[in-house]
Amino acid sequence: MHELSIVMGIIKIAEDYAKAADAQFIDEIELDIGALSGIDMQSMEFAWTQAIKGTMLNGTTKKINTILAKAKCLDCEAEFEIKNYFDACPACGEHLIAIMQGKELKVKSLLVS
Amino acid sequence: MCATCGCGPDSKTTYQLVDKDENNGHDHNHQHLHSHEHSHTHDHDEKHNHSHPEKKVIDVEQDILQQNNLLAERNRGYFDAKNILALNLVSSPGSGKTSLLERTLIDLKNELEFVVIEGDQQTNNDANRIAETGTRVTQINTGKGCHLDAHMVLHALQGLKPKDNSVMFIENVGNLVCPAMFDLGEKERVVIISVTEGDDKPLKYPDMFYSSTLCIINKTDLLPYVPFDIEKVKANAKKVNHHLEIIEVSCTSGEGLDKWYKWLKSKVLQPEVVC
Ligand SMILES: Nc1nc2c(ncn2[C@@H]2O[C@H](COP(=O)(O)OP(=O)(O)O)[C@@H](O)[C@H]2O)c(=O)[nH]1
Ligand SMILES: [Mg+2]
Ligand SMILES: [Zn+2]
Ligand SMILES: [Zn+2]
Ligand SMILES: [Zn+2]
Ligand SMILES: [Zn+2]
Repeated sequence: MHELSIVMGIIKIAEDYAKAADAQFIDEIELDIGALSGIDMQSMEFAWTQAIKGTMLNGTTKKINTILAKAKCLDCEAEFEIKNYFDACPACGEHLIAIMQGKELKVKSLLVS
Repeated sequence: MCATCGCGPDSKTTYQLVDKDENNGHDHNHQHLHSHEHSHTHDHDEKHNHSHPEKKVIDVEQDILQQNNLLAERNRGYFDAKNILALNLVSSPGSGKTSLLERTLIDLKNELEFVVIEGDQQTNNDANRIAETGTRVTQINTGKGCHLDAHMVLHALQGLKPKDNSVMFIENVGNLVCPAMFDLGEKERVVIISVTEGDDKPLKYPDMFYSSTLCIINKTDLLPYVPFDIEKVKANAKKVNHHLEIIEVSCTSGEGLDKWYKWLKSKVLQPEVVC
């Protein structure tokens, strides 16, 4: 359940930024989570409800942008969406691919008051 | 509560330097109770807005793992400065991480200087096994924590004080999922699987195989007794990570260990000596 560590990290970042902006409430938090970031969404939800109690994120609306994973074939240069690390290039069938997008894991923005 | 590892007050991380002669006696059990300011807060928002509750948007754009990654880079700087080769060993429980270390520490005793950090949720058992080989070792107990993080390694290093030019093995908590996301500052990540596990393991736990540089397939002495297709597991691992090197060994019979030793020695850098 490393998702708990991740949620703790999110709380720390959000509270630091909100306090630095002299805000009292965090109304909304926007997260970017890549499809290959290693986060299991169900575990994340569970960890979230456990960890936010007593923090500034209690009651905050959570908006998650799921970033699709994209790769480029190193053989034929085709670019395509992937669901797994082991997906083959749809154009030539090779597994020599480089991941270009989908490992994001970040706090994008806060709406505070 | 420590925000980096997310441990609660009921699961404090402990650090214990274990030595051979006094396996359990020694009272160097450091409870980690302080919380440091490893992080920074941005104060580019100096203009205070006193007309609450007006809403405003803050563009944060911060990587959630940034705090761990910064500490990992600090560890890496320490390793580089001391010319220490740090390796992070990851696997499911029971694949043979500690067995591989025991063999290596004994077989290469006269050739390399070693130091070990052991990560387990509970007990000093693995550190005791390592201490038996005469190697300096610190045991980290993570309590409920399912992975080591850079912050824990930083504290373990403070008691361990590894020598310049040594090889440092960090045995992570047995878990093929969670340790994948946490950089410890290592140079190489070594994932171990054994032939008693499924040959689809690289496909089931791709993050770990993607983030590792070497895969060791252990317990090859058991191949005649188990339905494990070694070519299939290699192909699966390569599908996930085409850069992954693969070495087959048996810690029990010793078969293949020479290849692992060769790989290890090839990673040891000679210091650039300035007289
Ligand atoms: N047959 C066989 N058993 C092994 C081998 N390597 C380790 N084991 C056994 O596997 C079990 C788990 O090993 P251990 O090193 O504690 O695994 P760890 O949890 O990854 O540290 C122990 O009972 C070892 O004796 C091997 O090469 N062959
Ligand atoms: Mg072990
Ligand atoms: Zn976990
Ligand atoms: Zn292609
Ligand atoms: Zn600390
Ligand atoms: Zn490549």
